[in-house]
Amino acid sequence: TKKELPEHFKGYKHVWVFIEQERGQVHPVSWELLGAGRQLADKLKVDLAAVVIGPEGEATQHAATEAFCYGADLAYVVADDILADYRNESYTKALTDVVNAYKPEILLLGATTLGRDLAGSVATTLLTGLTADCTALDVDADGSLAATRPTFGGSLMCTIYTLNYRPQMATVRPRVMPMPERVEREPGRIVTHPLGLVEADIVTKVLSFLPDRESAKSNLAYADVVVAGGLGLGSPENFQLVRQLASVLGAEYGCSRPLVQKGWVTSDRQIGQTGKTIRPRLYIAAGISGAIQHRVGVEGADLIVAINTDRNAPIFDFAHVGIITDAIRLLPALTEAFRARLSPHSRDRIAS
Amino acid sequence: MHIVVCIKQVPDSAQIRVHPVTNTIMRQGVPTIINPYDLFALEAALELRDQFGGEVTVLTMGPPSAEDSLRKALTFGADRAVLLTDRFFAGADTLATTYALATAIRKIGETYGAPDIIFTGKQTIDGDTAQVGPGIAKRLGLLQLTYVARIGTLDLAARTIEAERRSEGGVQVLRTKLPCLITMLEATNEIRRGAMIDALRAARATIVKWSAQEAGVEDIAKCGLRGSPTIVKRVFAPPPRAEKAVLIDFGSRPPAEALIEDIFKRQPKLEAELVALARGF
Ligand SMILES: Cc1cc2nc3c(=O)[nH]c(=O)nc-3n(C[C@H](O)[C@H](O)[C@H](O)COP(=O)(O)OP(=O)(O)OC[C@H]3O[C@@H](n4cnc5c(N)ncnc54)[C@H](O)[C@@H]3O)c2cc1C
Ligand SMILES: Cc1cc2nc3c(=O)[nH]c(=O)nc-3n(C[C@H](O)[C@H](O)[C@H](O)COP(=O)(O)OP(=O)(O)OC[C@H]3O[C@@H](n4cnc5c(N)ncnc54)[C@H](O)[C@@H]3O)c2cc1C
Repeated sequence: TKKELPEHFKGYKHVWVFIEQERGQVHPVSWELLGAGRQLADKLKVDLAAVVIGPEGEATQHAATEAFCYGADLAYVVADDILADYRNESYTKALTDVVNAYKPEILLLGATTLGRDLAGSVATTLLTGLTADCTALDVDADGSLAATRPTFGGSLMCTIYTLNYRPQMATVRPRVMPMPERVEREPGRIVTHPLGLVEADIVTKVLSFLPDRESAKSNLAYADVVVAGGLGLGSPENFQLVRQLASVLGAEYGCSRPLVQKGWVTSDRQIGQTGKTIRPRLYIAAGISGAIQHRVGVEGADLIVAINTDRNAPIFDFAHVGIITDAIRLLPALTEAFRARLSPHSRDRIAS
Repeated sequence: MHIVVCIKQVPDSAQIRVHPVTNTIMRQGVPTIINPYDLFALEAALELRDQFGGEVTVLTMGPPSAEDSLRKALTFGADRAVLLTDRFFAGADTLATTYALATAIRKIGETYGAPDIIFTGKQTIDGDTAQVGPGIAKRLGLLQLTYVARIGTLDLAARTIEAERRSEGGVQVLRTKLPCLITMLEATNEIRRGAMIDALRAARATIVKWSAQEAGVEDIAKCGLRGSPTIVKRVFAPPPRAEKAVLIDFGSRPPAEALIEDIFKRQPKLEAELVALARGF
């Protein structure tokens, strides 16, 4: 496991972040990765580049210029109307081509459905290493990427290296890295690269896109306040208490995995290792024991409040505030007390 | 139609314990299961076979004991099972895994007929990378449909397939050509119980076992640890948080009041923001 980087890889330099863009929207995980990439680039004393792939026009251009505001030093852009919809064939070609042309040492992608689909193909095409779902990225004394990820459902962590191949690739889930502050900045150098494909070259056709219903969309991963319930609530009816509290707080609601498995709550509401990672300012967990698979999804929260009847529940090992009481009784009281406190006429009291 | 389903035998992670001193996985006595996500892939394959005719071959790379999972897959109704087992495969990362599996799939094609579709699960519950499906597709030069929630029209004459693929914020409806690789999303179907006749057949069935050489591996250096660009350097327990939760002592006050008081004391700015939010700005 010694580093013996072959000669032809020695010219690979700089840190790249793939900017994920779909239907004109940049996925926020891309900005989070620019934040993480900035730190790596500074340590290595190299440039941070954004790679933007998408259709010609405003949205793609805008994604590139925004990247500078989140810390990029330069941007590579592959713009072609064939790239309007994500397809593995065209995006794999676009990304592998720019990697082969400009040779980065590190390439980061979001661990979204798009990012994982693309990263696996690109890494296999380039015959390099790809570390999945990292929770920490660092640079070693000898300049190698140290990518740390949870394994066996979070019970252990491991640090993985790609010592002798380039680029060193890694994916990171949304909300695992903090969002860097956006700083207004003039765009820097933008390098455009041709796609070199025509529509007839691409076998897979997009017949349609069915957006999720507005009501079904959850902003769980990006919510400021999250209220979640676990098996301790005992029944789907009692889970309503979680929704009611969330509604009064203008919060999103979530749950532990068993509630999804029981069909009490839809899967997009699951928090944890195999669900969503959250980073709210306030997280209230009611009747959740705090298994490691749940813990890894909530550790980024500023304030974790646990409601549990068992004072030995593991959740008290990582929550900031705990209250040992019956959640089924506390939740309605909490909802009422928050409602009273947050209602407009109590505002004057806060002001005074 | 010939369908190959890749399955992985994994430790039942609900029962995994980590050795408190050495930080190693205590595998002893931990039962192994078919990676739960792979059952959705297997059922999807069996449904297509039942509808269009043909055969389903299950394939796994693993230790000799992985035969148990293959036999289990036969009881669900798979027609044939191939076990790829060789000490050269040990320690493979996803790149080395896809080299071995792609080689075996080529050999399966030569021996039993070229596959029309290759299925994998969405991800495993141990390595959990979701990289093996896309890796196999790339190595075999196949088109890939990942995170498939539903398979639509399959036209064997035209050799086209339509599928609904989960993507961020919605579902992409795609049409592509056979042969292709599909990674199946969870909860899209329910594995059948398997007929008695399949259970009897599975008990007696011969599992095809291939070493690296028998599978047609040309370059052993691309297998296992040697063929893996990634290197696991350090394994450690997640650092515990320094202090435990502060427990609210609500005394004679209503617990809800005491808790809210404490929350806003710790997050002073949050209260004003929540008020603004509650008023709809
Ligand atoms: C591969 C794998 C992946 C997983 N991924 C996830 C994941 O992403 N997310 C996840 O959450 N889990 C995940 N799990 C499951 C995880 O291991 C736990 O089983 C699960 O989180 C437990 O859910 P729970 O806390 O709701 O239930 P339990 O562990 O049963 O805890 C219920 C808690 O409620 C308390 N309680 C009971 N009655 C009351 C009451 N009246 N008031 C207050 N408290 C009460 C109990 O004291 C207990 O602490 C995964 C497991 C595996 C094997
Ligand atoms: C703790 C840990 C962390 C790891 N991290 C990484 C990492 O970051 N990067 C990396 O490259 N490797 C990593 N590995 C190695 C990786 O787990 C192995 O290469 C493994 O053989 C396949 O990867 P997976 O379990 O992630 O499968 P996934 O890619 O999650 O599996 C997807 C699907 O591929 C099929 N499949 C997977 N393995 C097999 C098999 N052996 N036989 C048949 N079908 C199969 C199944 O249908 C499965 O549902 C890690 C291993 C461990 C134990």
